[in-house]
Amino acid sequence: MTDVNAPQTEKIDRVVVRFAGDSGDGMQLTGDRFTTASALLGNDLATFPDYPAEIRAPAGTLGGVSAFQVHISDHEISTHGDSPNVLVAMNPAGLKANIDAMERGAVVIVNLDSFEERDLAKAGYEVSPLTDGSLSDFDVYEVPMTSITTEVCKEVGVKPRDAERSKNFFALGLVSWLFTRPVDLTLEWIGSKFKNPMVAEANTRAFRAGFDFGETAELFHVRYEVTAAPFKDGEYVNITGNTALAWGLITAAKRSGLELFLGSYPITPASDILHELSKRKEFGVRTFQAEDEIAGIGAALGASFGGSLGVTTTSGPGLDLKAEMIGLAVSLELPLIIVDVQRAGPSTGLPTKVEQSDLNLSLYGRHGESPVPVIAAKAPGECFDAAMEAARIAVTYRTPVILLSDAYLANGSEPWLIPDVSLLPSFSPDFADGPNAVDADGEPIFRPYLRDPSTLARPWAPPGLAGLEHRIGGLEKASGTGSVSYDGANHEQMTLERAARIKGIAKDYGPTEVDKVTDTATVCVVGWGSTHGAIDAGVERVRARGLEADHVHLTHLFPLPDDLGEILKGYDHVLVPELNMGQLVALLRSEYLIDAVALNKVRGVPFKAAEIEAAIIDQIGSN
Amino acid sequence: MTTTSTPIPLTTRKDWSSDQEVRWCPGCGDYSILAAIQMMMPDLGVRREKTVFVSGIGCASRFPYYMNTYGLHTIHGRAPAIATGLAVTRPDLDVWVICGDGDALSIGGNHTIHALRRNVNLNVLVFNNQIYGLTKGQYSPTSEEGKVTKSTPFGSIDHPFNPISLAIGAEATFVARTHDMDRAHMQETFKAAHEHRGASFVEVYQNCNVFNDGAFSGITAKDKRAEMLIQLHDGQPIRFGVDQERGVVQRTDGHLEIVDVADVGEEALLVHNAHADDPGLAFALSRLSSDVHSPTPVGVFRSIQREDYGTQMEIQVDEAKTARGDGDLDALFRSATSWTVG
Repeated sequence: MTDVNAPQTEKIDRVVVRFAGDSGDGMQLTGDRFTTASALLGNDLATFPDYPAEIRAPAGTLGGVSAFQVHISDHEISTHGDSPNVLVAMNPAGLKANIDAMERGAVVIVNLDSFEERDLAKAGYEVSPLTDGSLSDFDVYEVPMTSITTEVCKEVGVKPRDAERSKNFFALGLVSWLFTRPVDLTLEWIGSKFKNPMVAEANTRAFRAGFDFGETAELFHVRYEVTAAPFKDGEYVNITGNTALAWGLITAAKRSGLELFLGSYPITPASDILHELSKRKEFGVRTFQAEDEIAGIGAALGASFGGSLGVTTTSGPGLDLKAEMIGLAVSLELPLIIVDVQRAGPSTGLPTKVEQSDLNLSLYGRHGESPVPVIAAKAPGECFDAAMEAARIAVTYRTPVILLSDAYLANGSEPWLIPDVSLLPSFSPDFADGPNAVDADGEPIFRPYLRDPSTLARPWAPPGLAGLEHRIGGLEKASGTGSVSYDGANHEQMTLERAARIKGIAKDYGPTEVDKVTDTATVCVVGWGSTHGAIDAGVERVRARGLEADHVHLTHLFPLPDDLGEILKGYDHVLVPELNMGQLVALLRSEYLIDAVALNKVRGVPFKAAEIEAAIIDQIGSN
Repeated sequence: MTTTSTPIPLTTRKDWSSDQEVRWCPGCGDYSILAAIQMMMPDLGVRREKTVFVSGIGCASRFPYYMNTYGLHTIHGRAPAIATGLAVTRPDLDVWVICGDGDALSIGGNHTIHALRRNVNLNVLVFNNQIYGLTKGQYSPTSEEGKVTKSTPFGSIDHPFNPISLAIGAEATFVARTHDMDRAHMQETFKAAHEHRGASFVEVYQNCNVFNDGAFSGITAKDKRAEMLIQLHDGQPIRFGVDQERGVVQRTDGHLEIVDVADVGEEALLVHNAHADDPGLAFALSRLSSDVHSPTPVGVFRSIQREDYGTQMEIQVDEAKTARGDGDLDALFRSATSWTVG
């Protein structure tokens, strides 16, 4: 029997949904579950968790709004979407904070129960936006989420206050219905996640009530379906940048036969790497929550001296504090990975918001001539590859490496093709196994700074082998022998040796990839890090207009690829979008004497594709 | 790392001395500490290649260069942190941390107290000369109030740390004091520190003959020791003096007092117990003298057993491997819900 009133299901190719509510409303969880269900349906997706620095800012205020945006599609996508098509607002503040970002005509679902006078006042509304006509451009659905949730949870035995807390599952159920997401999976997950059976039951009932509300309330006339995207065959998981980075570190250690040691101090938005690695002790991972940022990197360097793969993870304020220890690692020439999950600065800045403003600090933030390789991850899944690459460089060249991620990559997620472990790169720590020189009497001796002729790396000789005992430190060392030397000529020699060794890393890169369609584009967009998705989408939009633009995205910020200068000099215009005030662009201008143009944004959110598109068009038009 | 199965070779001081020219000022107390350690090492029954000296910055921190072992001369104040990473990943090593008073208690105070509370398996030797030597004579966190130095021409208004009290307060499991004028006492104290599994904290009174000469001579000079140094011996009544005529008693309010044995009787003397769980007695002993001009306890104040940090870390790793099997990347990548395309 067919219900003639049943809503039609309409197929759409993509949709951007934003869940917004109080930071205690469970919006991150709701968004995450919707994302997982979509991933299992085979959609391509990209997410953008956007939350305040306070754990619980005053309830109902704009400052306390926590949001989660997810872009799902039946084709390949690279960003979390410029303008959401659907907003689920659990309270007036969630509505007010997000409505300006919405696409005209977007579906707006509000929790009607939270639009009382008091709630409106907290969000700074004098008149209810539901009645004053200000939402006339949108397709607004008023749903009494709290009262239905408490009603269906009555018999479960939870207190009304606790029942109310299940309302995010009502919202999840409703949106799951609206976008024809599978139900069983979420119910299964609720059952396993909430150990308290009453809470699990309340959440189950709320979820079902939301789903049924869509089905029966005759409020919605259309359901939407976003079918699977054409993925390369394989097995996938949805992965955040922080998780991918942690897994990349574990994999690098495993593939190189090293023990992984993490010395870290909790800091937003990097702490999840510490959490993830702390769980993986079966890999021999040793995690050390240090007394401060300096001790975190210090312990990591000590572990590297002992023959482990030493890693420290932090964000901007922590990187400031680690500068002196990075300098010591430059002098000791030991492998060390410093992960900086960038956030907006200066000082405490915007602790949960994205920025790419630590590039200069990474490149230049130490006293003396102390070159350090810097690499950047460009997408959540690629944090895995970036971590492996950081480890390869650190171990091969016996050097600290700064790996830049950011708040957007850290918390954002995307489907990640699980790699074939046997095909993953491996590298050898190549520990020193005996004396490498003879003294004046022909006796075998060990010289800790005798360099490998091809990599210019010095031997890595952890304590334990007789005959290789050596003393090293932050004082300048004599070339080759490693003994303390105050000689000026030797200092210059060692400075040149350190510089040459780091510069030589670029030999390993392979040709720089240029995303191009023809050979005639006059504009090249050069980006680094998490702007990859937005630049990629912006360039696609330009191409869809029948115009041309190429895209180069840098993983290696230092040393830069050897062929980059020649590539960039072939364009009339080089556009460098960055979530900072122009740090890479200054480097490119000074390095290659090209008139590269900056596109900057420091608003704590990623670029929109439309912003990149407009800037490219502007460059093309400036001929 | 490689484990050596050959017998530990017999060594002499020469084997433990590096070829580097020692560059402390002539007459510096550091020379006698270096000699004491170089001469003691052959007796410890350890291998050179399994021994690491880690230091920070300061005069004392040049120490590792002079030992023919593995060595790290690092950053001002950070040696305990760096040594922590080394010690917990390499439980097979003997790790010694050499600091000065500025290094361990001022710029590195935070790392010192945390290494102690975690009970990382380190031997932390603090060469306390109550002055900044390498920067040519500023007051240190152990300098006495009123001290006139280049940076305190009107006298220091800083109240000093009592390093022993600080270490006990930081939950240290081994706390001792010795001085640079008595090689045998140093060696006995360092050996006890080495035998202790966990963090051992040893304050070494050390004379800086250039910037703070004679700071301790009132108690450490040969003719003063008997009456001014109170030798602590575990399980024995605490007494001192040329004829052991003085002693320490504990008043009913817990307060310690120096008395004439003749006045109170031998039985009334406090018996030292370095192994007491309660740190109260050790702390009270550390407060017996507030400066270096009155009778001052030396020796082991406190030595208790508590599982060291690295061992606990090893246990967690071993347990995880036993429970879950050796880490498997294929399983790791599927620890979140996965789905298959095609």
